[in-house]
Amino acid sequence: MIQLTGIHRDFQVGDQTVHALDDVTLTIDSGEYISIMGPSGSGKSTLLNLLGLLDKPSSGSYRLNGQDVTALSDIQQAQVRNREIGFVFQMFHLVPRLTAAENVELPLILAGEAPEQRKSRVTRALADLGLSDRSHHKPDQLSGGQRQRVAIARATVTEPNVLLADEPTGNLDHKSGQDVIRILEELNQRGITLIMVTHDPEMGQRARRQLHMMDGRLDIDQLNQTDSAGDGTA
Amino acid sequence: MRTRDFLNLTGSSLIAHRLRSFLTALGIAVGIAAVVLLTSIGEGVHQFVLSEFTQFGTTLVSINPGKTTTHGGNVGGFGTERPLTIEDAEALQRLPFARAVVPLVQGNAEVEADNRRRRTNVYGAGPQWPEAYRMQVKSGRFLPDDDPVAPRAFAVLGSKLRQELFGDRSPLGQRITIGGSRYRVIGVMESKGTVLGFDLDDTVYIPAARALSLFNKDTLFQIDLMYRQGTPVDTVVEGIKSLLEARHGRDDFTITTQQQMLDVLGSVLDVLTFAVGAIGGISLLVGGIGIVTIMTIAINERTNEIGLLRALGAKQSQVLGLFLGEAIVLAAFGGLAGLVLGVGIAELLHLALPALPVHTPLLYVALAEAIAVVIGLAAGVLPARRAALLDPVEALRSE
Ligand SMILES: Nc1ncnc2c1ncn2[C@@H]1O[C@H](COP(=O)(O)OP(=O)(O)O)[C@@H](O)[C@H]1O
Ligand SMILES: [Mg+2]
Repeated sequence: MIQLTGIHRDFQVGDQTVHALDDVTLTIDSGEYISIMGPSGSGKSTLLNLLGLLDKPSSGSYRLNGQDVTALSDIQQAQVRNREIGFVFQMFHLVPRLTAAENVELPLILAGEAPEQRKSRVTRALADLGLSDRSHHKPDQLSGGQRQRVAIARATVTEPNVLLADEPTGNLDHKSGQDVIRILEELNQRGITLIMVTHDPEMGQRARRQLHMMDGRLDIDQLNQTDSAGDGTA
Repeated sequence: MRTRDFLNLTGSSLIAHRLRSFLTALGIAVGIAAVVLLTSIGEGVHQFVLSEFTQFGTTLVSINPGKTTTHGGNVGGFGTERPLTIEDAEALQRLPFARAVVPLVQGNAEVEADNRRRRTNVYGAGPQWPEAYRMQVKSGRFLPDDDPVAPRAFAVLGSKLRQELFGDRSPLGQRITIGGSRYRVIGVMESKGTVLGFDLDDTVYIPAARALSLFNKDTLFQIDLMYRQGTPVDTVVEGIKSLLEARHGRDDFTITTQQQMLDVLGSVLDVLTFAVGAIGGISLLVGGIGIVTIMTIAINERTNEIGLLRALGAKQSQVLGLFLGEAIVLAAFGGLAGLVLGVGIAELLHLALPALPVHTPLLYVALAEAIAVVIGLAAGVLPARRAALLDPVEALRSE
């Protein structure tokens, strides 16, 4: 489904060129559960942003469902992000003045979906994440774990194929983090392709496929031998 | 995105910063109020002056001796032009389109009745004066249709002069002295008030020929001709021109139509209204700068949100639209408030100072609101464009 070939992403900082991604080649199938680990600054977020079409490679090709997405226009890329991809961020990124339900509704509003349909999808997404009684709360009335669950509801309400999570537990206490991981894994079991950046080895090792990055290169790409995903042990 | 959702999103962020939105809109409101108020006064003065002029009707043409250039300089100062005479007025009377012709001599003289005296305006006029100037005789009658060259010594008083000279007694049939000559009062005019600074009530009317000898002049000050409704003004001007040229042997007179005067006056007054409106426009400009400032601040504060919207699938054009929408809504609401404020103050002013003519044409109201929206658009476009062009990754990473 996802096919990266010879991807480079360079940043110009002053007169130095930073190779955030250095010749990354990677194939991901639909429904996979992948964790990306590696030291800080190794290029994990850059890779995730690129997969989510928020960023463009300096060179190399990115095919999504057989289509070369780097050649798409801004409008087409926005559509792909809206329909195919869900994002979960470390910082949650909820809009503070909107309620939980309104935050979840945002991607549907941007897509121009009819209000009646939206309502039932939002209700369902919130219910799936155990947030029905929080739907009219503003973000500042929610705990960190609840906020991240709202963010997950928002990322999945459009039923995307790919869920990209960049250190989704980075701002959460251990228990809330565990909850969030469990939720993400459930979503994966229901078919969504889950790609999660983490620097917590305990979390990362739960994934069926584990990538490791170093200085912009993909240096380890291994399958989990124990395959403990979803059973809560590490 | 649906219009309703667009408005909801726009509204939610404006409401989230109520005070700030209110103050920004207030800037525009003050500007629009100033424009509306000032143009209302300008337009009121405009209409007031025009109605002063048109109360005599618009079918008047005046003929003055001497040729004036378009800039008003008199080039007939060499004594070569012929005087405009009572015979000229007689001849003009015979033109087919002439409804009323009034020879006019104007001056000041001392008027005396019994032992009261008063210096006043003297109009040497013809019998058709009331018709041409739409004035009514209150009692008695106006100057009769005598031999224009040798009229009888009759006088008609303006209402104020009559009051000054005779008090409550009837002046009809009384004898008065004007500049040393004796006249008999045969009528009193209806009060007319002041027209463009001339007190038409503090006036005495005597036959033009007698006024000429009173002021020792050989030329009329002016001949006014009222033409029949429906005659093309060019026909009138050409008719007068060829007749007087034949009589004088040259083009030594100036014809001014009421229409010309109205046109010139109208355009002068338009410039006035516009200039006054432009002064109000300066405060609008300040309001517009307020919007630019607030939108720039808002975009800096909400960089994260912009990155998020892009990640959720917002197109650049949608981000542009949302921020532009906020600027326009701010300006439109400010504009609406400004309209209410401006019209309200104008009406209050009108109540407090009834003498001050105030008029707010609907077109200006619509125009002012349109200007407010355009200002919102102009003020919003740069900040909104910056928002739309933000790099989503950078935007999400910003603190
Ligand atoms: N916009 C940018 N400008 C310059 N350098 C950047 C930018 N984004 C990322 N980098 C650099 O690219 C490298 C990889 O960054 P990142 O993908 O955020 O790392 P990670 O998420 O693995 O911590 C780092 O060295 C970082 O400094
Ligand atoms: Mg990172």
